[in-house]
Amino acid sequence: MKKGKKYLLGFVMLLTMTLFLAACNSDDEDSSTGSNTDSGTTNTDSGTTDDSSSSTPQVLVFGRGADSVSLDPGIVTDGESFKVTQNLFETLLNFGEKDTTINPGLAKEWKVSDDGLTYTFQLQEGVKFHDGTDFNADSVIKNVNRWKGGTEDDFYYFNSMFKAEGEDIIKEVTADGDYTVVFTLSRPQAPFLKNLAMSPFGIASPTEFEKTGDKFGDNPVGTGPFKFTEWKRNDSITIEKFADYWQDGLPKLDKVIFRSIPDNSARLNELMAGNIDLADGVNPSDGKMVEGNSELQLIERPSMNIGYLGLTNTRAPFDNKLVRQAVNYAIDKQAIVDAFFEGRAEVAVNPMPSSISGYNDALSPYPYDPAKAKSLLAEAGYDGKEIELWAMPVPRPYMPDGAKVAEVIQKNLEDVGMKSKIVTFEWATYLEKAKNGEADAFMLGWTGDNGDADNFIYTLLDKDNIGSNNYAFYSNDEVHDLLIKAQSETDENVRNDLYKKAQEIIHDDAPWVPLAHSTPLLAAKAGVKGFVPHPTGSDKLDKVSME
Amino acid sequence: MLHYIGKRLLHLIPVLLGMSFIVFFIIRAIPGDPAQVILGQQATAESIAALRNKLGLDNPWYVQYFEYLKGIFTGNLGESLRTRQPIFTEVWPYLAATFELAFFAIFLAVILGVNAGIISAWFQNSWFDYLAMVIALIGVSMPIFWLGLMEQWVFGINLGWLPTSGREEVRDPVSAITNLYLIDTLLQGRFDQFVVVFKHLLLPGLALATIPTAIIARMTRASMLEVMRADYVRTARAKGQKMFVVIYKHALKNALIPVLTVIGLQTGMLLGGAILTETIFSWPGIGRYIYEAIGFRDYPVIQSGILIVAFLFVMINLIVDILYTVIDSRIKYN
Repeated sequence: MKKGKKYLLGFVMLLTMTLFLAACNSDDEDSSTGSNTDSGTTNTDSGTTDDSSSSTPQVLVFGRGADSVSLDPGIVTDGESFKVTQNLFETLLNFGEKDTTINPGLAKEWKVSDDGLTYTFQLQEGVKFHDGTDFNADSVIKNVNRWKGGTEDDFYYFNSMFKAEGEDIIKEVTADGDYTVVFTLSRPQAPFLKNLAMSPFGIASPTEFEKTGDKFGDNPVGTGPFKFTEWKRNDSITIEKFADYWQDGLPKLDKVIFRSIPDNSARLNELMAGNIDLADGVNPSDGKMVEGNSELQLIERPSMNIGYLGLTNTRAPFDNKLVRQAVNYAIDKQAIVDAFFEGRAEVAVNPMPSSISGYNDALSPYPYDPAKAKSLLAEAGYDGKEIELWAMPVPRPYMPDGAKVAEVIQKNLEDVGMKSKIVTFEWATYLEKAKNGEADAFMLGWTGDNGDADNFIYTLLDKDNIGSNNYAFYSNDEVHDLLIKAQSETDENVRNDLYKKAQEIIHDDAPWVPLAHSTPLLAAKAGVKGFVPHPTGSDKLDKVSME
Repeated sequence: MLHYIGKRLLHLIPVLLGMSFIVFFIIRAIPGDPAQVILGQQATAESIAALRNKLGLDNPWYVQYFEYLKGIFTGNLGESLRTRQPIFTEVWPYLAATFELAFFAIFLAVILGVNAGIISAWFQNSWFDYLAMVIALIGVSMPIFWLGLMEQWVFGINLGWLPTSGREEVRDPVSAITNLYLIDTLLQGRFDQFVVVFKHLLLPGLALATIPTAIIARMTRASMLEVMRADYVRTARAKGQKMFVVIYKHALKNALIPVLTVIGLQTGMLLGGAILTETIFSWPGIGRYIYEAIGFRDYPVIQSGILIVAFLFVMINLIVDILYTVIDSRIKYN
């Protein structure tokens, strides 16, 4: 028995020691691998033994929800891919730092002909791609021709932005000298410049894409402040400072590592443990905790989204305008914003946020008025049929907790005599079924691509987009005519009036219950400086530094 | 013996065929179109149709199925719809990550489980026995998701002892050779990195090992109790042999046979069932690879991924069966 006890003691000691060792080791670890090794690598890597800032390694670890699909900006459609390509590639025009106004990019100035059909761009000189190729008019032409020559599923965004009814909006691109490019359009397109500034139209090195073909996404070469280093799929993507970058003093970081950490809470845990420096997608409910932590900072991304409750306009009872209006009166939007967005959202009135040009601020939201809702339902002759209320299965920036918001909506509807059953499906299924018009009422939302009214109203509510993004099956010819007219109107004021008129009609038709424009949250270590979150969700990291 | 192994391997063919058939149809039965998911919410009907055509999704099911089978027999697992990379080259890093995690977990489970079981059996009805069995009971019923987050919270955030996600310190990444990082770091003589990698393994490994540890502990205890009542053990003890010898030389060898079955089954389960652990700990393994593929309706990846896991599961069970004969020479396969 004595021996037995010894054995037991030994076993317990072994266990304790393992844990103890792990603990001790981690302390050494934090100080050695955490910073010393870093600064070592950084200094040798970049060769820039920077004066004062050399004490803090200029390496940013960016934690996000998912991996990129490809690093060829032309072929991808997902935001996570653009988050990386935005820093590897540059577009002819840039969005503003915090908005979607148009600023110079690889093109330093531009001229538009009076008929809106010819755009002449003056290019930056002395810009090089990461592989040493010169950037000039020829490389722009080669990029545009690459997009034009590709099929719709190859270059999705090019086709959706620059093609209409099978016709190329960009008729041709020609060079006028080495640094002047002329785009000739087949018809005027109002958001043309905004479209060009979108991440998918990052200019790639012709040498590289001609050489690698469809493998370009594994070997991305652009003119951006950072160049591609390594990709460990589903794990991390590393990009590093491009020494020959044309803008003096930029980028400030030596290296950026994008890590994919799927779970929002786990990602925040990693930030608090110091393993990442910046975390995307922070739950609104965690916002207060981040603010209360002096080592962290909470960052708000300007809102460019809409979360809504779609009412399938072709299904009873929502084929009746009065019922749709009644539902708009019945739902307490402010209460939803207060409870589930932690107040970090604006109650929505129109299908787009107020920051977008053309927003109709003369309209006021349907007030929370159950009595009014009841009388409208009675007037509509609503038969009390139970509806299906579809709750989003995944959190999205525009809808942090679909299931809970659905419960509130269910209660609101019940109060005015409309019974509903909450249902949900796995995300891909949800989208497909809603698109087929199988839902009565469904929660959904949208984050804008280019900050243009067209990208919200036409995309989401025009009859052309039924079977695509018009999940509510809303169709109104008057709205359609206004939106089509606005697409080719080049006078900004006239265009805004057209959108304002369209919003008025939509407001009255009530195809949705607009719920909220949310403010997506990020969190960072206190030492991360100069990070400006962009409303599109693709952030430029060239001015970020670590203190 | 060789004959037996050959026969078992032949049996593998109908099993995998059946498996491929079932998986093929189940994933196509779930609504949600890959072309739609790839192109996203923005896609138009025309671009979806074009992509479906390009991916061969508009072919009749039997054409797709036979294309797929043909691929498997020629060693071509297909191409991911999403990343457009061949699965054969894409899958190894994921598989290696899972191997490392699963084998570490099963190693922990065996060491902890078998020893806890032995001690419990030896000191039957002692405080250790009761404690160990209560812990084992909690262990089997503990949701991994919750356990994982608690581990992160306690050991990662509050105590700051261990990293809570990933496989490596990203600021000082491991350069992959075999993609088994413990081995890679040793091959490169980077002992500091080895320690870092080992520490990354600890929390997910513990989370993943919890259920198998509990099951193995209970199985070992039961099995040992039975064996210890056997005459030969009593004889050995009566002869005054040391406890260590009695346990490890006489009792354990026989007690281990049912335990081995459990270990084999659990190892297989770990390979397939690591999805939750891999998600919480952002472990880039095969579980997450398949899980994400399901979200994207990436049919080839789901099919081939599940097939690979099924194949490994069957192989592990075969190895376990062979090990029986090594441990107990009375077991023969003819």
